[in-house]
Amino acid sequence: MVHHSVYISLLANTIKAGTILLFPTIGEIFAERAGILNLGIEGMMLIGAFIGFIVSYTTHNPYLGFAAGVIAGGIASLIHAFISITLRGNQIVSGLALTIFGGGFTTFYGQKWINMTLNNTLPTLKLPILSEILYIGPIFFSQDLVVYLSYITVFVMWFILYKTTIGLNLRAVGENAKAANAMGINVYKVRYIWTFFGGLLAGAGGAYLTTSYAPFWLDGITAGRGWIAIALVIFAMWDPLKALFGAYLFGGINALQFQLQALGTTIPSAILNMLPYIGTFIVITISSIIVKTRHVRPPRELGIPYIREEK
Amino acid sequence: MVEIALETRNITKIFPETVANKDISFKLKKGEIHALLGENGAGKTTLMNILYGIYMPTSGEIFINDQKVIIRSPLDAIKLGIGMIHQHFMLVETLSVLENIILGLKEYGFVINKKTVKEKLKEIESLYSLQTDPNVKVWQTTVGEQQRIEIIKVLFRGANILILDEPTAVLTPQETQSLFKILKKMKDDGKSIIFITHKLEEVMQIADIITVLRRGKVVKTLPKYKTTKSELAQLMVGEAQDCNYLRKKRETNEIILSINKLIVYSDKGTKSLKGIDLDVKRGEILGIAGISGNGQKELVQTIAGLKKVAEGKIIFNGLDITNKHPRFISRLGINYIPADRLAMGVAPNLSGIDNAIMRRYYRFPLSKNGVMNYIKALAYTKMMAKAYKIKLDNPFAPIKLLSGGNMQKLILAREILENPKLLIASYPTRGLDIASTQFFRQKLIEIANKGKAVILLSEDLDEILSLSDRIAVMYEGSIVGILKAEKADKNTIGLMMTGAST
Repeated sequence: MVHHSVYISLLANTIKAGTILLFPTIGEIFAERAGILNLGIEGMMLIGAFIGFIVSYTTHNPYLGFAAGVIAGGIASLIHAFISITLRGNQIVSGLALTIFGGGFTTFYGQKWINMTLNNTLPTLKLPILSEILYIGPIFFSQDLVVYLSYITVFVMWFILYKTTIGLNLRAVGENAKAANAMGINVYKVRYIWTFFGGLLAGAGGAYLTTSYAPFWLDGITAGRGWIAIALVIFAMWDPLKALFGAYLFGGINALQFQLQALGTTIPSAILNMLPYIGTFIVITISSIIVKTRHVRPPRELGIPYIREEK
Repeated sequence: MVEIALETRNITKIFPETVANKDISFKLKKGEIHALLGENGAGKTTLMNILYGIYMPTSGEIFINDQKVIIRSPLDAIKLGIGMIHQHFMLVETLSVLENIILGLKEYGFVINKKTVKEKLKEIESLYSLQTDPNVKVWQTTVGEQQRIEIIKVLFRGANILILDEPTAVLTPQETQSLFKILKKMKDDGKSIIFITHKLEEVMQIADIITVLRRGKVVKTLPKYKTTKSELAQLMVGEAQDCNYLRKKRETNEIILSINKLIVYSDKGTKSLKGIDLDVKRGEILGIAGISGNGQKELVQTIAGLKKVAEGKIIFNGLDITNKHPRFISRLGINYIPADRLAMGVAPNLSGIDNAIMRRYYRFPLSKNGVMNYIKALAYTKMMAKAYKIKLDNPFAPIKLLSGGNMQKLILAREILENPKLLIASYPTRGLDIASTQFFRQKLIEIANKGKAVILLSEDLDEILSLSDRIAVMYEGSIVGILKAEKADKNTIGLMMTGAST
């Protein structure tokens, strides 16, 4: 008989695996709300994961490693920002190039790090009182600092998006850049800021992967999580709170797959590895139908470059 | 002594291919409504965009309260107290009215202080009797409301100089009158207003001073009390205009198109046509009047085969065309001029030629065994441009580079050249100057005179009244009445458009 502690550890792992997806999803939601589609998440996550890993490894400080990964992701996003905002290039091509670049960069420089393992990962910090709550405590509040940071990020970003002037400017720029410009908003500045923010959070997702969830280095360690994050943006209908549920749903599929393998199931591991991607298909199909019937739609000027003087 | 609120000296703006403004100098006094009158392409909008910081002038100077200023961006303009109400509203449809009003402002805190905003809104609303609900989303409001929101937005920023670019183009007669009341109130408060238009009637009604522009230059500035409509028209076009159309009345009772109990649903799933019955007779122009959003667009789109019929029948010349393919319908002789030219009338990134031949590219002689003959296509396009006075300097350039008026002329010419048995014309003269408006109205009349039929949609009631034989008025997806043109007047139709029973 399986003890209920198995379920609790499964759910605690769900949160961890979900956090890896949550950061980049939130970041992409904000970039897309500003009108910038960044398909380079996978690349930025890989760069964040790699830099996060080597900095943690060499300094023996996972916090420093995580921070370095975040910044690396942000810097990588500036390539996309420059091409799509300043040069008004095609955002799909630029984003895909960034993903390919991230893959190539980490494969090349990551060769000598393959199969190395971190000794000190992000430590678990049980929150006083909260971690004592039955079931809830061990699942949500016996995690590391970065997970708590992700909770705060979701709520703070939700607040910024809907309740502040910053969020208002952002939404206006993604919906109707011309109108925003006519009201004195600097469209280019807003788009640069939020594309950079998206990069920081993609880096955070990658860095969290290698400093906590899978503290070793493998080529292509993000394994398509960046693409799942892009699917989650649609699932979340560009809303940070809904992104939380989507990320944990997929985190759950991820965690379940490992748990089943650990329990020695007879299902071939290749099938289990497919689960998150099959899940992506299903979720995208369902959410696309919902998006259609509820008339929720992507930011209207998503992917469209803004040109100030048209004539 | 009267103070000058704004002055331009020798403003010139040169675009790569055209000189849009040449040495424009004019003065706007405080507490004055100054009309800028000119045909399409006269350079009115370019000049205003320079004042609002959207374009930089090639040369020339701008003075505000006798201080020389350089306006680099809309933000600069707003800071100088200039507010602009664009022809195409600058509203973010998914945001609420309140959010649109404070967009870009910083003084309401990082976390938006809705209470202070609403208090200030109340003040402005009561001062100028402008009513809005700050909590609804802009896409839920009517065009008239959207204009009020734009005006509030500008007043909210404390603008002293207001620029209105063709503000009445989308309004009903009643809405226009209430706009004029608001403008007069603002004038009495000492605000200065620049009113851009090509409608003479409105100029005579609202303006104090009139500056006429033609081909990018100032023709004359004159006070209203010293001028007349016909003088202004003459200054605008450079020649006297006469407004008599050659209409031969032909009484036939032969029905060309018959619509029976037509029900159509909108994209949102609500009924946009609630059982329409309508007959169109051979040789007539049938006007359809209504405030936008009451089903006129859906009705004509359904006839053209662009919308699915849920219930009912459409019979054309004895043939059932209900839910038939658009090309099948157009080849039967029903041609459709859409209201939204950029979205449905042209393919913006394709060339002038490609857009001109859109109705016939697949037919001989433009196409033979699936291979297109561009030499013949070019000849056809040139013929069209010449016959219909379309300014198409480079037929290979993307059509989106043409001015709105020229684009509209091309669409009209394309459909008329198909020699339709029934022409559906939605807002055919929107954005056209006086001369081309008359030219195309004459064309519509010729089609009717030849024993064919025209369905005319327009928000310009004068146009409908002067051209139509019968006028059907729509309200909330139903036809509330069909009037004979000689028995109809503006007021009755205006009331029927708002749902009042007659």
